[in-house]
Amino acid sequence: MKANWDFSRARFKAILMKEFIQMLRDKLTFAMMVGIPIMQLIMFGYAINSDPHALPTAVIVGDTGTFGRSIVTAMENCAYFRVVAWPDGPDQAEEMIARGEVLFVVDIPPDFSRRLLRGENPAILVEADATDPVATGNALSAMAQLNLTALQHDLIGPLQSLNAKEPPFEVRVHRRYNPEGKTDYNIVPGLMGTILTMTLTMMTAAAITREFERGTMENLLATPALPLEVMTGKIIPFVFVGFVQVGVILFTAAVLFQVPVVGSLALLALSVLIFIAANLALGFTFSTLASNQMQAMQMSFLFFLPSMLLSGFLFPFRGMPEWAQTLGQLLPLTHFVRIVRGILLKGNGWAEVWPQLWPILLFLGAMTGIALRRFRQTLD
Amino acid sequence: MNDAPLAIDVKGLAKSFGTKKVVDDFAIQVPKGMIFGFLGPNGSGKTTTIRMLCGLLTPDAGEGQCLGYDIRTQAQQIKRHVGYMTQRFGLYEDMTVRENLEFIGRMYDVTPLKPRVQDVMDRFGLAERADQMAGTLSGGWKQRLALVACVLHEPQLLLLDEPTAGVDPNSRREFWEMIHDLSAQGVTILVSTHYMDEAERCHRIAYIAWGHLLLEGTIDEVVGQSGLVTWSVSGPDLPALQTKLRKETGVQMAAAFGNELHVTGSDKQALEQAITPHRNDQRYRWRPAEPSLEDVFIYTLATLKDRK
Ligand SMILES: Nc1ncnc2c1ncn2[C@@H]1O[C@H](COP(=O)(O)OP(=O)(O)OP(=O)(O)O)[C@@H](O)[C@H]1O
Ligand SMILES: [Mg+2]
Repeated sequence: MKANWDFSRARFKAILMKEFIQMLRDKLTFAMMVGIPIMQLIMFGYAINSDPHALPTAVIVGDTGTFGRSIVTAMENCAYFRVVAWPDGPDQAEEMIARGEVLFVVDIPPDFSRRLLRGENPAILVEADATDPVATGNALSAMAQLNLTALQHDLIGPLQSLNAKEPPFEVRVHRRYNPEGKTDYNIVPGLMGTILTMTLTMMTAAAITREFERGTMENLLATPALPLEVMTGKIIPFVFVGFVQVGVILFTAAVLFQVPVVGSLALLALSVLIFIAANLALGFTFSTLASNQMQAMQMSFLFFLPSMLLSGFLFPFRGMPEWAQTLGQLLPLTHFVRIVRGILLKGNGWAEVWPQLWPILLFLGAMTGIALRRFRQTLD
Repeated sequence: MNDAPLAIDVKGLAKSFGTKKVVDDFAIQVPKGMIFGFLGPNGSGKTTTIRMLCGLLTPDAGEGQCLGYDIRTQAQQIKRHVGYMTQRFGLYEDMTVRENLEFIGRMYDVTPLKPRVQDVMDRFGLAERADQMAGTLSGGWKQRLALVACVLHEPQLLLLDEPTAGVDPNSRREFWEMIHDLSAQGVTILVSTHYMDEAERCHRIAYIAWGHLLLEGTIDEVVGQSGLVTWSVSGPDLPALQTKLRKETGVQMAAAFGNELHVTGSDKQALEQAITPHRNDQRYRWRPAEPSLEDVFIYTLATLKDRK
């Protein structure tokens, strides 16, 4: 690694150009780079369908008055609910929700109208099957708004005072099976991170082992190229690839899920850059350990799996055992998912992002060190 | 010749892979401007030696210099002034001839790049194929491209590892004309080959087997040093004669060359004694001949094997 001081910009540029030429000629790889993010997002997009309508609902009508009927009508009008059953009591309703025949049970208590008229602000109880929070999330928020509008036409004349300040009744939502009710927006940051991890690590690892396999590395090493020139020249095209992928993901996500970008795009770009660099350095390290492309792929995959499982993307981080959480903390993806989630959805700024960013920087530094140390200028 | 400045001067070079000793106590001196042939059977350590000379492999033992630079500590400078043509095609098959040459040119800071690349392509007949993908070139043209790529930066020393393997005779001759042209310009050339006719085009040769340098010198010196005597015989039913002669003690080798049989031995008298009965046979015509380089190599290898 000596003589890194005479790093040559000309040689670095030569390697960079060569990599770009080869990358653009490798049609399949290039198609994969753009194709994988779109394909995954569309698959997740349909799987998620974040806004399903006409969900099967059971209504327990204890109160046969006007108000009860108005609420049921309002529910059906908002298109999220389709009332399919009128169970006699809570026991029967319980069975229906357990069997998955309905996703919601709306319970209008017997004394509802009476208490409403007395201004006692009664509650209707909504039980939701939240095993699939994605399916029920939007319907529940619509339900929560119902108390503002459902009785607008009934509470007129002398009753108008009941509608004056507070909503006249309460909607008490009871999420069953998954009280956290995680939402679908989690998917996009996680997907962005996993796609970058998978494609970039694999591609860099393969890009270098390929030179050994094709016998071109001997020629490259016989030139005065320095390890740092080779490494940077080979890595930077993939930074470009990474950003193209992020662009594709954000665009597709905006179109498919209307995922907002609340925070700063510049901060997002910086975080993405550091995360990409960390994955590329890792890929480069793999390539110095592997003796052929196949091994490089396997190593990448071996890293990719725990990344996906322990990062909090697929399973809630807090729900994991302690050792898994510790392991997860070491993975760049864990921090990246939090950063992206924070910036996109919560509008987090530098202060919130930094605590998640430095672990990635540390990882990047360590990997670069290993890669440069392991990358040989000889064939020994 | 001992006064001429040396382009390569190494001694005691050794290299093992695992427990296998591939090069052992290897020493050569190559004067500047010379075409030096490097011969030896498959797996004898030619490629390994060449790689050590240009800093691609670190020797386990030994020392020396290449163009005045230490092979252990100054690999970077050596690389700048050496052109190394690898045994296996080492350019990018998914790039065109021109792209490959421009890439290599940039790696050596060749200026002005594009005119220089155009110039060598014109000179070596690659201009017509400038925009063809290197991977679609035939074997011979790939070799030519590889040679051009390693002379682009006007190196003082060329290390050519079997540059003409799989090249047709006509192209091979053109190749050697290029090599002689370069040599005339003062470039030192170390070339490994398995072809005897190519060995004869070199100023000096070295023969290596099992990692040991066995023979070194001009062709005449090498043949002379071997102490071999050869008789050539022609006539009917040579294969039968060959079988008979091989059983004689004074005969080390009996090999067919076209319509002739070369009978070689290391002891003049013993050989002549062995062939006397057949020399009296009127059907055969005998004449004394020069042992060929091939005879010398095969004999050297055979005696070494016996001793092992
Ligand atoms: N990287 C390596 N690892 C292990 N063994 C090696 C390595 N490189 C070469 N060898 C072994 O060293 C020996 C000499 O190989 P080398 O390539 O130097 O022979 P060569 O004289 O060039 O042969 P050829 O005429 O077939 O090209 C061979 O037995 C080969 O298997
Ligand atoms: Mg070889």
